[in-house]
Amino acid sequence: MKYLLLKHYRGGPAPVTDLPPMDRWTPAEVDAHIGFMRDFAARLEGTGEYVDGQALAPDGAFVRSDGEGRAPVVDGPFAETKDLIAGWMIIDVESWDRAVELAGELSAAPGPGGEPIHEWLEVRPFLTAPPTISE
Amino acid sequence: MNDALLRELVPAVIGVLVRRGADFASAEDAVQEALVSALASWPDDPPRDPKGWLITTAWRKFLDENRAGSSRRARELGLHADPPSGPVPDADDTLRVYFLCAHPSLPPASAVALTLRAVCGLTTEQIAAAYLVPEATMAQRISRAKRRIAGQPLDRTGDLGTVLRVLYLLFNEGYGGDVDLASEAIRITRQLAALTDEPEVSGLLALMLLHHARRASRTGPDGRLVPLDEQDRATWDTALIAEGVGLLQAALARDRLGQYQAQAAIAALHADAPSAEETDWVQIVEWYDELVRLADSPVVRLNRAVAVGEADGPRVALAAIAELDPGLPRYAAVAAHMHERAGDPTRAADLYSDAARTAASAAERDHCVRQAARLRQLGAASRRSSSDPPG
Repeated sequence: MKYLLLKHYRGGPAPVTDLPPMDRWTPAEVDAHIGFMRDFAARLEGTGEYVDGQALAPDGAFVRSDGEGRAPVVDGPFAETKDLIAGWMIIDVESWDRAVELAGELSAAPGPGGEPIHEWLEVRPFLTAPPTISE
Repeated sequence: MNDALLRELVPAVIGVLVRRGADFASAEDAVQEALVSALASWPDDPPRDPKGWLITTAWRKFLDENRAGSSRRARELGLHADPPSGPVPDADDTLRVYFLCAHPSLPPASAVALTLRAVCGLTTEQIAAAYLVPEATMAQRISRAKRRIAGQPLDRTGDLGTVLRVLYLLFNEGYGGDVDLASEAIRITRQLAALTDEPEVSGLLALMLLHHARRASRTGPDGRLVPLDEQDRATWDTALIAEGVGLLQAALARDRLGQYQAQAAIAALHADAPSAEETDWVQIVEWYDELVRLADSPVVRLNRAVAVGEADGPRVALAAIAELDPGLPRYAAVAAHMHERAGDPTRAADLYSDAARTAASAAERDHCVRQAARLRQLGAASRRSSSDPPG
């Protein structure tokens, strides 16, 4: 079963730790954090559970159609949206429990002072294709 | 026979099919099919005449396809199972395939994809994997590109500049999955240099070789970007550097300067410096002046400003970039570097934070975050030491 792990810059439940932005950490703390993320993905590749992961730039906008023959309406980019997705990882695991276990591990990435950051990650199951045999 | 040797034959074989009367799109499809068969069967049963095998197999596949589509069309074209033996395939066949794949009517990404298939001889599956898109998507991108250039005559050469631009783009893609796109770009640029007699082709090849020579030193063991001044020069590939410098000198001697020769000259000056401190920045600025004259762009001016900063100091560089659009890629990172050298770590740290927000790659973003973190730590340490009681 595939799950999407979403990392948010902003949005979601209130953070449990009050962290400064990463460019205000020490270089060693930044290295430890980035190294943890890389090792996590490598480990999941090793267990056959990693599918894909990408980081997103913070800039972007909302877009909608404004009718035929008219240019789309673009709203943004916003300095302060309520929710801002920073990136995602897709994993393919045995169960919801395993997805939660992995998201928990990822959320414990080290931050300032090497302490786990305990950030909220959103875990969303993929809808699957219908089974071939359904009766 | 290994895959690389097999792939080298692809553009020439397409050229042969076209000369026998096939249209480029069908010829290219037929050769791709023959290539896939060859990759499957040759390891166990290699043919004695690989090129003859590919031509025969591709030609049969082309005829099968045309019979299935319209046998009348095949008759009209005068296509026969055993074509009269035409003139010996010549270098121009291959060259024309380069020009067609880089046709000015194609968007750059399509030109690169088509070049990877028809000139590099990669399979659609390999190209799709390199660009992290589904194979069906890549197949469609290539088909659409071929439809766009349908009807373009294959008997005349086009603008070499568009071909060089496509090769340059391809080289810049770097790694892509199992396929090393930079090495592929070098291979087909080398082939192009053998087919043409243009100093700019040598200039581009030299530029690629000089950058490729430094590849191992550009990323650390943990995947991070290593800036030029921190690279371990002992790991630079001296054989590639020597070849690049040799090609460049021969090209420059012909006195027909172009933008790739100028860029290669800059790369050669970096490659030539035993250490970052010994870099001949004055000469590098002179080459940037040539580059501005040959191919002016805001990006070239930004890079020139970096060289000016090293040659004449950060204040001169900051004055130079003040005339440029701050929205340019890497502008904030360049400004940050100059402010640090001018003795303003706080401003530099803020600019690196801006640069991290607008970075185009994760590696560049992480690099800028690290720089900001380093400068803030320095700033904090100097504030602490200045407030310490003298003792």
